[in-house]
Amino acid sequence: MAVQVAEAPKPVGEPERPSFKPDLERIEIELLLEGIFRHYGFDFRAYAYASVRRRLWKRIEEEGLSSVSALQEQVLHDPGMMEKLLLDLSINVTAMFRDPNFYATFREHVVPLLRTYPFIRIWHAGCSTGEEVYSMAMLLREEGLYDRARIYATDINEVVLQRAKAGIFPLERMQEYTDNYIRAGGKRSFSEYYTAKYGGALFDQSLTKNVVFSQHNLVTDRSFSEFNVILCRNVLIYFDKTLQSKVHGLFYDSLAMFGVLVLGSKETLRFMSHEDSYQQIAPPEKIFRKIK
Amino acid sequence: MSAYSIVVIGTSWGGLAALTKLLGALPADFPIPIAVVQHRSKESERLLPQLLQDVTDLKICEMDDKDELRAGTVHLAPADYHALIDTGLITLTVEDPVRFSRPSIDLLFISAADTYRTGTIGIVLTGANEDGSRGLQHIVKRGGYAIVQDPKNAEIPIMPSAAIRVVPSAEVLSLEGIAARLIELTLEPVQTGRRTPR
Repeated sequence: MAVQVAEAPKPVGEPERPSFKPDLERIEIELLLEGIFRHYGFDFRAYAYASVRRRLWKRIEEEGLSSVSALQEQVLHDPGMMEKLLLDLSINVTAMFRDPNFYATFREHVVPLLRTYPFIRIWHAGCSTGEEVYSMAMLLREEGLYDRARIYATDINEVVLQRAKAGIFPLERMQEYTDNYIRAGGKRSFSEYYTAKYGGALFDQSLTKNVVFSQHNLVTDRSFSEFNVILCRNVLIYFDKTLQSKVHGLFYDSLAMFGVLVLGSKETLRFMSHEDSYQQIAPPEKIFRKIK
Repeated sequence: MSAYSIVVIGTSWGGLAALTKLLGALPADFPIPIAVVQHRSKESERLLPQLLQDVTDLKICEMDDKDELRAGTVHLAPADYHALIDTGLITLTVEDPVRFSRPSIDLLFISAADTYRTGTIGIVLTGANEDGSRGLQHIVKRGGYAIVQDPKNAEIPIMPSAAIRVVPSAEVLSLEGIAARLIELTLEPVQTGRRTPR
């Protein structure tokens, strides 16, 4: 069947120019985020606009509403709606040994550095439900470094931290995690680390012996220690460039000299004020060493 | 000065051959940025940009988060991330797959249309699923320009056929026709040089 359309869907007359001025939707979104900040204290004002817009519209559609303003009315008057939106706005997608090649590279290039330290302090910023914290704990144990390591695992969201502490993850993902573990250079059998319990996979609680889970807000909270390694993968992508730059300042201040900063595979330090203070180890992995 | 600010392209199965032909027919000084979602596996990640770079004068660039959109550049969505268009830049997310896809063509298209409105050109090429049709519909809703590869010539007609079903007003063209149309649409009355979107 040949579909031929004579008229292209171009509006007649003077086309509406893409405007540099904030349009009405942008005004509505900025008002909503300002309202949320002033009423509830959650600060999403410097989050990446396009992804905030998408997630707001997802909520608007699910609630059968038709505008950001309509959502604002509900969010400001109904804490239940705020709670729903909070879950929408904080992305908690994670996996054990996510990006296995990163872990393999970490083993090869960072572990030898860590061996030279008597004590290793690691900050996992934006740890979500903890899968990647457990992954790092396994890696350190297999490399014989766990006993002298302490991992500070933080997230803005208390709910996900509770789940991280519980250490129970969906059984149906164990096959995927096992594959990741092997590709990440795992040295044992992945199944040694968990037992099927409570309808999930309960992970070896000794993995969290040296882990401190704690609430921390990258947007508003200060540095709380000095670290040898900071991991923050696929968290800053939700921030706009200005906020990214601010958080990089926080990381720089929190990292010991020759400490290691780890970002997600599609994140960069380009155009950040501390770009020149780091040297990338083993590209394409986003593992940077603080050199000045 | 072109009335258009961005071209967004979505494809899956058969996409490499189609993109090769389409991008190969565009000049190095194509005046606006192009953003592409090609569904692919995580493993193929390193290969695709090089394969495309070998056949086009445009600059092929795999997206990093917050990359600036540039004229004469093809911004390629990375495997396993959604790519969203924001004003003058790209923002990546790892939220759940949409219609089983990450990157999602729909999300790329919708974000481009919401950002550049009538300045958006959306193109759906060959593919074996129905991603892209909702996004194309959104582009038309915002006053943008919708083009679909003629299913007759597509390696896998499912994706273009679905797009035509959802967006009957879309212009249906061969790959050569799409390239010619893009050049024509973006080279409209030139006045004072090029414009890159901001």
